[in-house]
Amino acid sequence: MKNSAVIISIFGACSVLFAAAQDSKVVAPANAGTLKIISSLPRTGSANAQTNTMVNGIKLAIDEVGGQIDGWKIAYEDMDDASPQRGNWDPAVEAQNANAAVKDSDCIAYIGTFNSGAAKVAIPILNRAGLAMVSPANTYPGLTKPGFGEANEPLVYRPSGKINYFRVVPTDDLQGVEAANWAKTLKAGKVFILHDRELYGKGIADVFRKQAEKLGIEVVGFEGIDSKAANYRSLATKVKATSPDLVYFGGTTQSNAGQVAKDLRSGGYEGMFMVPDGCFEQAFIEAAGAANLNGKTYITFGGLPAEEMTGKGADFRAAYKLKFGADPEAYASYGYEAARVVLQAIAQAKTKDRAGILAAISATKDFDGVLGKWSFDANGDTSSRVMSGQTVQDGKFVFVKVLGN
Amino acid sequence: MLDFEVFSQQLITGLSNGMIIALIAIGYTMVYGIIELINFAHGDVFMLGAFLALTLLGALGMEAWGPSGQVFGVALMLIGSAVFCGGLNWSLDRLAYRALRKSSKLSLLVSAIGCSFVCMNLGLFWGGAPMKVFANGNSAAAPKDFPAIIPQINLLGDGFLRITPGDLLVFAVTIPLMVGLTFMVKRTRLGRAMRAVAQDPIAASLMGIPVDRVIGATFFIGGALGGFASVIYSLYNNTIGFQMGTRAGLDAFTAAVLGGIGSLPGAVLGGLTIGCVRSMSDQYLETRWTNTIVFCILVLILIFRPNGLLGSTRREKV
Repeated sequence: MKNSAVIISIFGACSVLFAAAQDSKVVAPANAGTLKIISSLPRTGSANAQTNTMVNGIKLAIDEVGGQIDGWKIAYEDMDDASPQRGNWDPAVEAQNANAAVKDSDCIAYIGTFNSGAAKVAIPILNRAGLAMVSPANTYPGLTKPGFGEANEPLVYRPSGKINYFRVVPTDDLQGVEAANWAKTLKAGKVFILHDRELYGKGIADVFRKQAEKLGIEVVGFEGIDSKAANYRSLATKVKATSPDLVYFGGTTQSNAGQVAKDLRSGGYEGMFMVPDGCFEQAFIEAAGAANLNGKTYITFGGLPAEEMTGKGADFRAAYKLKFGADPEAYASYGYEAARVVLQAIAQAKTKDRAGILAAISATKDFDGVLGKWSFDANGDTSSRVMSGQTVQDGKFVFVKVLGN
Repeated sequence: MLDFEVFSQQLITGLSNGMIIALIAIGYTMVYGIIELINFAHGDVFMLGAFLALTLLGALGMEAWGPSGQVFGVALMLIGSAVFCGGLNWSLDRLAYRALRKSSKLSLLVSAIGCSFVCMNLGLFWGGAPMKVFANGNSAAAPKDFPAIIPQINLLGDGFLRITPGDLLVFAVTIPLMVGLTFMVKRTRLGRAMRAVAQDPIAASLMGIPVDRVIGATFFIGGALGGFASVIYSLYNNTIGFQMGTRAGLDAFTAAVLGGIGSLPGAVLGGLTIGCVRSMSDQYLETRWTNTIVFCILVLILIFRPNGLLGSTRREKV
């Protein structure tokens, strides 16, 4: 008892001294004040494990600059855009987050979203306020590129006429094409395509179908599933009856990819199963059960897993492991990348003005990122084209090869 | 494969899914039959039963038990969840509904919706349990993998048509339960008391029937059937989540209404109908139309037979 009291008092004294030392170090900053970065990512539901590592990536980037730039204190707020009712991103919550960011006079950048559907809600709100948004994970092409989605995309997201939305990952019009190309090299002659009827899932499934047809792969079915159904046994029978070599599911872990994989196997389908990056997270393997995925599951991803990165990416992984004691999930490096883009823009703009920081972000050029040097193009997309394919072995994702390029 | 095989396979799947829906539907219909309350919490009681089953499975390490041990394990989960759900449903009646027995049906209905929310949030809380089977509490709201301790082999060999031990389990558990329940309601003292209370609670109490105890017993039995259903559902679908009660409850409620709410054979008929319609719609139309078809059928049946397929002609009060 006595010892512990002594230890506590020593500890207390030390922290007082330490605090005093810190105080004396800050000498009349040039710019006193706070710049706030807000992230809006799904924190309720199965996406949370992935989000955790993305948020860690953002925190790591802020720590690397010591939490301040030119005397500006860099504050960070981690918002949840999911609700328990949906167990997934929720349009109402996303709109609430975006509005809160607009009203917060310290906020100069918005990092998010994870789901493309959520971005659709947030971009116009932030656009009217001229607030910059950098997404670490949205891959639906229509958000930035004309000619891929609806006729009014992407102009409908830019009511002010200016571009405020940027993303550091390559889009699905590239990923879906690479997925179909990969299916071809895996010798799939017949494919059955499923999707979750969401913006992202249906979008990438459409791209996959187009490319598959172009490559001469026979598409024996194309169906949207009910992502809240208890099981997909009947669908599995329907799939099996058309005897495809490969089933492609355009969707995410949150739109029930795990159950689809499970029921395809328990329904007796034994061929290949391919999914996009929305399932590239440990939660997908947990939901599907490793035994149902091992060996015959293929996952495409618009980037490289952290283990395969070199240069800046390898440094990131080492720093991440050191600080958080675990490996980052696939999108953590993009959370880190998005935060670094914002921080670099702050350092260059040297202002608290939202327009100034937005201009600095859009001017990002030859950025030394985790996947090598890249720039934002006129649409706000990254020029990086590195993608990868993985499979599942013993309940773990295993990198297979670099796709495209 | 032949068209006939595809059709038979869909029929098997439809019947299996339908049996599970029917078992939950009985819980709705029994309670409605006796106090004319649509117990909205029933789906969530069912969900908590599945959570208990997964907790038992994880805590006792059933995955490592041999085949015969797992048969025992399944029996243990069935009994555990049935007693738990029955007890929970009984407590809901004791704590929330009994006090409202003499007030309007609407207050009863609203408090049932309240109970549903309470149970659902209990599930959300439970899902964060620091256990391996709950993904170490990583995300409370995420769906949980329910380990497939029943082998997923095809009992018919290598052909297209598949019957798995899971399908057999569904039938092996639900059919005896339904037969037993029918016998109980028709032949036993308690069953007779239940029917008497359903017909006229005041007259029943004048005849010396302890009305509150009979209602409590009805809640217990309805909940216990939900408990059995939860274990079968979990073993059949291999995924559980705190929201599963909403969808399962909606399907079961639809089944109960379709068959005629208050009628036991009606609930079974309704459940099987919905299960088969779902399968056939998935196969011969498109998956995205399935929900539309199911509810269109419900609307049509209610237009032409307002009391459901096998419902009595008594006026609906809720």
